[in-house]
Amino acid sequence: MIRAVPKPLEEIIQYVNDYDKLLIAGCDGCVTVCEAGGLKEVKILGSALRLHFAQANKPVVIDETSLTRQCDKEYLAQLRDSIDNYDAVVSLACGCGIQFLADMYDTKLVFPGVNTSFMGVTEERGVYSERCQGCGTCILAETGGVCPIARCSKRMLNGPCGGSDKGKCEVSPEMPCGWQLIYERLKTLGQLDRFEKPVDPKDWTSSRDGGIRKIVREDLRI
Amino acid sequence: MQYPPDVRIIQVPCTGKVDIIHLLQAFEAGADGVFVAGCLEGDCHFMEGNLFAKKRVRRVKEILDKVGLTGGRIEMFNLSAGMGGRFAEIVKEMDERVRALGPSPIRASKGAAPRPTREVTA
Repeated sequence: MIRAVPKPLEEIIQYVNDYDKLLIAGCDGCVTVCEAGGLKEVKILGSALRLHFAQANKPVVIDETSLTRQCDKEYLAQLRDSIDNYDAVVSLACGCGIQFLADMYDTKLVFPGVNTSFMGVTEERGVYSERCQGCGTCILAETGGVCPIARCSKRMLNGPCGGSDKGKCEVSPEMPCGWQLIYERLKTLGQLDRFEKPVDPKDWTSSRDGGIRKIVREDLRI
Repeated sequence: MQYPPDVRIIQVPCTGKVDIIHLLQAFEAGADGVFVAGCLEGDCHFMEGNLFAKKRVRRVKEILDKVGLTGGRIEMFNLSAGMGGRFAEIVKEMDERVRALGPSPIRASKGAAPRPTREVTA
């Protein structure tokens, strides 16, 4: 899932300080799971902003809502009747949701309330780590289910490099070396022979090197 | 056992039930200060409730500092149900601290911060 962290409160205050009617819109999808942008966080931000404006003695309307998803038009459309009541919207969705909201209501000011970080997993509550960079051509079948694109700092296809030391990456002593993980996994699977054949250069056009990406599934289109 | 009378006690089954929004809403309602009285660390009947509360109080402190209310208006204390004398001491300590900070600017300005004017249903 997409992982995000709440933006610093002072940054959000800076965005909204000049407006009188605000809507804080959360998203019940990924950002709820990582506790950055669901209804609970919407209420906390709303309360914090009300305290900020009240002690500044400025009357500001702050309403709160959370949509099932902000990356689907059907749910964004639920704001159609109410969005004109507000000067600006603080969206706590990921970067995708924030942009889609701004797309649909193109005359409305939309501010981000979270910093969208990566696609990752929950190692434990409050600890999230990256697992996928969405490169568009999955090679997990070749690497024992451990992705060298997301989990090797250099995105090497034929690792490890000389910076691997006792299973850790030279970038940080806490960071596991992705290729060490691949080695150990392949060893467990009895597939170490895969190390004997170099992986061919990757076609990066399915990743960001090919420009902005779009999927069109004719089989699904209505 | 005597303690200052201007404290309102809200009972919860465990401090683990106290959420960030509950604490913020107390300040929105005009509270000058709030303290959370949890069991001694390691003695939580629900294992970790008081430790969760401690983290939430810390987060609310940060928020209060950032919105200009001062994080010192909230504190977490740990004491057992048998420590009535300590409870009285804590109330006195918080009472003195909050009096030194002065009345909540929220209450001073308009009684209480405005609640959402209406629910936006999604």
